[in-house]
This record gives sequence, structure tokens and C-alpha cells, in this order.
Amino acid sequence: MTRFFAAMILTCLALTATAEDVTTYTLDNGMDVVVIEDRRAPVVVHMVWYKVGSADEPEGQSGVAHFLEHLMFKGTDMLAPGEFSQVVAANGGSDNAFTSFDYTGYFQRVAADRLDLMMQMEANRMTNLALTPEDISTERRVVLEERAQVTDSNPGALAREQLMAAQYQNHRYGVPIIGWQHEVAQLDMPELTAFYERHYAPNNAVLVVAGDVDPQDVLALAREYYGPIPANADLPARARPSEPPQRAERRITYVDPRVSQPYLVRSYLAPQRQSGAQDDAAALVYLAELLGGSPFTSELGRALQFDTQTAIYTNASYGGMSLDATTFSFVVLPSEDVSLPDAEAAMDDVITAFMNNDIDSARMEAIRTQLRASEIYALDDAQGLARRYGTALTTGLTVADVQAWPDILQSVTPEQIKDVAARVFDRNSAVTGWIVAAQEDAR
Amino acid sequence: MLRMITILWLSLLASTAQAEIAIQQVTSDGGINAWVVEEPGIPFVAVEIRFRGGASLDLPGKRGATNLMAALLEEGAADRDAQAFQTELERLAARFSFRATDDTISISAQFLTENKAEALALLEQALIAPRFDQAAIDRVRAQVLSGIASDAVNPRSIAGATFDAAAFGDHHYGTSLDGTADSVTALTRDDISDAHRNALTRDRLYVSVVGDVTVDQVGPMLDALLGDLPAAGPPPPANVAFGLDGGVTVIDFDNPQSFALFGHAGMKRDDPDFFAAFIVNHVLGAGGFESRLMTEVREKRGLTYGISSNLAPMFHAEMVIGSVSSSNDSIAEAIAVTRAEWARMATEGLTESELDAAKTYLTGEYPLRFDGNASIASIMVGMQMIDLPPEYVINRNDFVEAVTLEDANRVAAELLRADDLHFVVVGRPEGLQSTK
Repeated sequence: MTRFFAAMILTCLALTATAEDVTTYTLDNGMDVVVIEDRRAPVVVHMVWYKVGSADEPEGQSGVAHFLEHLMFKGTDMLAPGEFSQVVAANGGSDNAFTSFDYTGYFQRVAADRLDLMMQMEANRMTNLALTPEDISTERRVVLEERAQVTDSNPGALAREQLMAAQYQNHRYGVPIIGWQHEVAQLDMPELTAFYERHYAPNNAVLVVAGDVDPQDVLALAREYYGPIPANADLPARARPSEPPQRAERRITYVDPRVSQPYLVRSYLAPQRQSGAQDDAAALVYLAELLGGSPFTSELGRALQFDTQTAIYTNASYGGMSLDATTFSFVVLPSEDVSLPDAEAAMDDVITAFMNNDIDSARMEAIRTQLRASEIYALDDAQGLARRYGTALTTGLTVADVQAWPDILQSVTPEQIKDVAARVFDRNSAVTGWIVAAQEDAR
Repeated sequence: MLRMITILWLSLLASTAQAEIAIQQVTSDGGINAWVVEEPGIPFVAVEIRFRGGASLDLPGKRGATNLMAALLEEGAADRDAQAFQTELERLAARFSFRATDDTISISAQFLTENKAEALALLEQALIAPRFDQAAIDRVRAQVLSGIASDAVNPRSIAGATFDAAAFGDHHYGTSLDGTADSVTALTRDDISDAHRNALTRDRLYVSVVGDVTVDQVGPMLDALLGDLPAAGPPPPANVAFGLDGGVTVIDFDNPQSFALFGHAGMKRDDPDFFAAFIVNHVLGAGGFESRLMTEVREKRGLTYGISSNLAPMFHAEMVIGSVSSSNDSIAEAIAVTRAEWARMATEGLTESELDAAKTYLTGEYPLRFDGNASIASIMVGMQMIDLPPEYVINRNDFVEAVTLEDANRVAAELLRADDLHFVVVGRPEGLQSTK
């Protein structure tokens, strides 16, 4: 009965939370505008997101989206190479950019009254980039050094690359965002400019401004700077090759002497958040929490780290913001005297037991409460909210989907979770990887 | 309860925008000092707690005890074991983190207004009455040992451990706060309890509170939360001189890139020339894409994805340190360019326009840091730990502006000594050998 009493208290928790203050608009040239007001500090984050990422690259040109992101800091018809960041810094701001499978984003964080200048420069480089062969040859070395540092010097990252390549047989999520080394080495002016001209246009972009701003002022500035840029009438649809039905389980052993302790990864293809249909994804958020969220209270943590000392670390994860089918993943780092086959069997026993038993209602309520509270904590971070909207609008979701999401999360039932779990946990769509320092560890 | 209010108007660079932060200093009836900012806009509270000392207080032969103790604070307290403790934390949707660093125990807590009494009661139990159950010790110890094993094959960790050992020897800065596999394996429950009693004491406590709370509530809240901790702990360790001479140490590691960690002795945070040094280093290697090292090593030559240098004034020593990764066939060139830039800054100094650009950036960027409850709480507790008054928030940009070109270039010549730089290089670098 105490459990029920606790749940009763928790249902009224956080109902007072104020939602973020969001205004949206679409310019005549098709550019989406999202303004998030947060007046607590005189700071603004200005972001432009393009609905293009590495999964939109032509075959054989892996890494071109990310390479272009680097080159966007070179010159334009108005700015000398490097001047963009110099001007941001000279105004006390900081800037950077990021590339993912589904989007490429550029942002500056500045005093709120510098928004005007940021927009002027960002609008300029949307269509006026002026690259030289020297820009490209020097930056290619930088990108190859980035790959050498972030991927090739990291056995875990190399293993992930192999696992993704095995997970996606046809879709470009199987190709790394930074690109394969041998393809990046070949990228040059024609590929880079073609990609830029094809995808960088207002009707393929989302402006997100968060901070100490009046939405009407932001809209006026957006009209002034982004409004005159013509839409690209030839903008290609985001048609990507889809995954065929997967009919066989895949297994990988990745051997690298730089691995300190053997571990295993299992990933399953899983549905992503889709506009107007986010229920499966919401249920998968609970599934990841229930199976491998907290090491103390999740099914894997309890069984493998508390009831037995099978593992040192366990985790289940799911990221639903993705234009196409995503993955649901497990990681288990076995204890020193536990073999990978035994650890994998123990993990599968936990998944089987979960499917055969009722879901603990107290755990359901605890996760519900955490998700509700996370909306309150999220309000402390305007830049985080900006990223939330930018990601959503470049992965096929709408502002309405973002705003419906917290309520959809609150309404998830145990039946929904079991239903989606039964569909996702299909070993024919799974990849299992053993990551070891030497072949003999894979026994 | 004593109280003092400082209202800080943060003016932004050439800007009409202003931020108002009212920092209120409170002393509780029990004598605990705290800085408080009332921010009722979002229904939660952020609390930052620091204890000076941290892993420096590890007793002889017990390296890793403080770190393991801090990791165990979330593993059960009073009548709740680890799982019951975490279940309660989840029920409250509060967020606690406990971390040991070289010289501090760092505790961050965020909790909702509506159950703050329960959240604070749970946090108090974690601090005052941690259980240190043997099962939890063994479980967390295995996690720490796993991390130590992982560091042994990580180029950055190998470089860091080599550099620290050579620079600081037997001082606690010379070894990892994680301890060694042997020292951690040997730790007992008594060792953990000793570490707890020594590290969490009221004589070295710093607190900030930001969020949906009134200043009147804070004093009683802190007395209840922290009043039962021991009054005093052991003395802090002695200071140590940076003991590594200029040169190169190559450590063979089979990797396509080499990682280089480099540095020499630095400057104390309370040195009158600190702001001059801060600006010099910003121009040299801390100013992102605009820094000379990034311009020369990355932008012009494409030798690396990133390079930086940093002033590292610690509580008991000070260094200037930096790092760079480059392919095995280009790391020697990256290092040569780094040395040359180091020497150029020392001999030629910076230009008037570089000084102006650095000041504009640094003074403009500073107020942007105060953009959330959690960040304000963290900044305030950090200021307290290095004896800065609340007014520093107002004066800080004046200190930056006051640096003249003459100051900066005098300090550059004194601080930066290319011949003293020691590079620890982990990889298979071509054309580089260990000196001596």
C-alpha cells in the first residue's frame, strides 16, 4: 500500500511547471523560424539548422556534409577566411557547428543585442561561400586529423563504426558521419560545391533563436536578413534508400589491442519518433529506462550488478530523434572473471524475464515522475531547448510534435511497452558485437 | 542569521542589455556561510557544495580512498541501502552528484520546489550517514579498477600520468586520485570511513544556493543539511614546485596519431600579474580559432584538429599546460611550430590589436556565463573557493581592461619559456626522441 500512496503523491508533481515560451513562423521563402523566449539573462543563442546530414550524401562521398561544415568558416563574398569567428569573438560571443546523420547546424552565443550582426553574417554564408583550392587542401588535412583523433585513436569508436555498418545494410546510417578515411581523402571542390549548392537554401533551413529576445523583433530581423534569399526550386526530396527486411542476425568480433577490457554491444533496429505518431518512441524511452537506465533500479543493473556480480557496467539506450529507423542498444561490461558468452546469456535472460513478467508499477511511476521533472530542469537551459527544436524540425517532426511529446510520454502504458518491445527485440534485426583486445578474449 | 546583499548589475559590452544578479551572503545560526541568489522563475533549486582538501587528504598508502568514498556517497545512507537510496532519489526526481577532485569534494544537487524538504533530508543522510556497505564498496571498487585499467591503454591518460609524475613526484599532484590497482584493491571499509571523516568537515566548506528559495530559508536549511558534519579536519598538504625540466619524453604506443601534453611552471591565481598572463595565454592558445596556436598549427598547416594552452593555477602548484594530437608523421612539425610560437610570444609579445581583440572577447563573454541557476551556483561556489568577493563579478572586467600592452608583454617574457617546455608524446612519432 505504501507504493500506491507514493504514486498518488507523484501524480500531482510538477503540474505547475511553466512550458517554454515558443513562437513559430515561416518566411515566404520557406525558412522555418522558431523563437524561444527566456528573459533571465541578456544572452541569445542564434542557430541555423540545415535539413541535410551525412545520410543525405551521394554514394562514394562520405564525409562531404561534415567537410563542408568546416569550410563554412572560410571566406564568402563579404567575409575573409576566419573572419566570421573573429567577428563573433570581437563581440564577446562564441560560435561553433555540428554535423549529424540528419542535420548540420551552426550557432553563436552572444549578448542579446548582437543578434542583428549574427543574422547578417549567417545569412551571408548560406549562399555566398567563396572557397579556394588552398582552403580545401588545408582543411582536408584538419578533417583527416579529426578522424584520426576521434575515431582511429579510439577502439570504441572504431567498433561502433563497424556495428553501424553491420546494422544498416542499405541505408546511409551505416556510413560514419565523419566519412570513411579513403573517401574523405578524395573529396575536392566539385563535390563540396555541388553539395553546398544543392542543400544550403532557406527552404531547407530552420532558424532557432533562444534567449532574451522579443519574438516580433526576431521575426523582423529574420525577414530582413534571411527573407531576401531565394528558395532553391530544385531542392531534392530527402529520399534515402530504405532498409530491406532484415532476415538474419549479425555478429561481429572487433579485435583491437587498445581495448582494456572485453565488452559486448547489442543493437536492434527500432522505430523513431514520427510526426503525429510518437507513441512507439515514447514507449521505447520507458523500455530503455526500465531495462538499463539506472544501474541501481533497472532490470539489467539489478540482475547483473546487484543480484549477481556478472557485470561492472550495464546500459540500455534509445534515441528517438532520427529521420529514419533508429536503434535500441545494450552495453554490458562483464566482471573480470565472467566470459562474454556468459555475460551475453545473462543479458538475454534479463530481456526474456522482462518480457515474461508484469512491469513493476512503482518503477513505471518513478520513470513518469523523472520525465515530468526533466521538463522543469530543461527550462534552465535555453540552448538545450533550442537544440531540441532544431533537432526535431530537421528530423521530420513539427513544433506541435515537440510540444505534444511530454504528454505522450506521460500517457505511456505497460501494454504499449510490451507491445513495442516484442516488435523491436527481433534477433533477425539485431547486431551483436564483442569488443576484445585479443581473439582469445572472445571465448 | 547574518546577511549582506550585493546587487550586481552586469553591464554587457557596448550594450544596453544588463543582467541583474542579487547575490546575498548569508551566515546561518550554526556559522555556515553561503551565497544565495533568489530566482523564483523555475520551480527548482540548485545547490553547490565544495569541501577543500579532496583527494589531497588521502592518507599514506591509501591513494584512491577519497575518490572511492565520494563515489560511495550515492550508494546508500542511514536505513536505505544503495538501491533503496536511489529509488527514493528517483521518486523525488532530484539530481545529486558527488565527485572528488585533486583538492575538493564537489557536490551538486538540484531538486524541485515541491519536495525540497524530502530531497534535502535525503542529501543530508548521504553526507552525514553514508553506509559504506561492503557490497557497495566491492561493486564500486570494481568500477574504479576498470577505469584504471582503461587509463593504462589510453594515450591521453598515459601522457597525463607520465607528465604529472615527472612534474610533481611524491606530492599528490604526481599521482592519479583514482589510486593504483594495488592501492585501491587494498582499501578497507575503515579506510573509506577515515576518508569521509577527513574530507567532509565544516572548516573548509563553501556553499551556494540558487533558485526557487528565499534567503530566509537558506540558513536553517544549511544548518540541517551540514550542521552535523565534524567541525574540522586534517591540515592541507604543502605546496610543491613544478619539477620537470624542458625536453621531450616519448612513450611508445601503437596508434596512428601521437598525443602530446606539454607545459612548464605557471603563475598563481592571486599574482598581481594574473590578468596579464590570462590575456597573453588567451592570445597564444586559449582563444579558440583565433589563438595563435590554432592559427599556425591547424588553420595554416592542417596539422591537427585542435591545439590549446591553459593557465593551470591549482591550490598547491601552478603550470601552463597544453595539448595537441597529430599523425605520427606530422607531430614533430606540430611540436616545432608550438615551440616557435611560444618563443615568439615571449620575445615579441602581442600586438595592440591582439590585446584589444582579447579584451573585447573576454569582457563580452564573461556576463554570458550567468545564464541559468545551475551555472550561477557553480560560478559562485568557485569564486568563494579562491577567496573572491561577490563584487568581483562587477570588477572582473575592469581587471581585464586594466592590462596594458606593456604589462602583457613583460609578463609574456617572464611566463613563457620555450626552452622549459617539456613534451610528453605518446604514440609512434617520427623524428622525435626522448631527450637525455
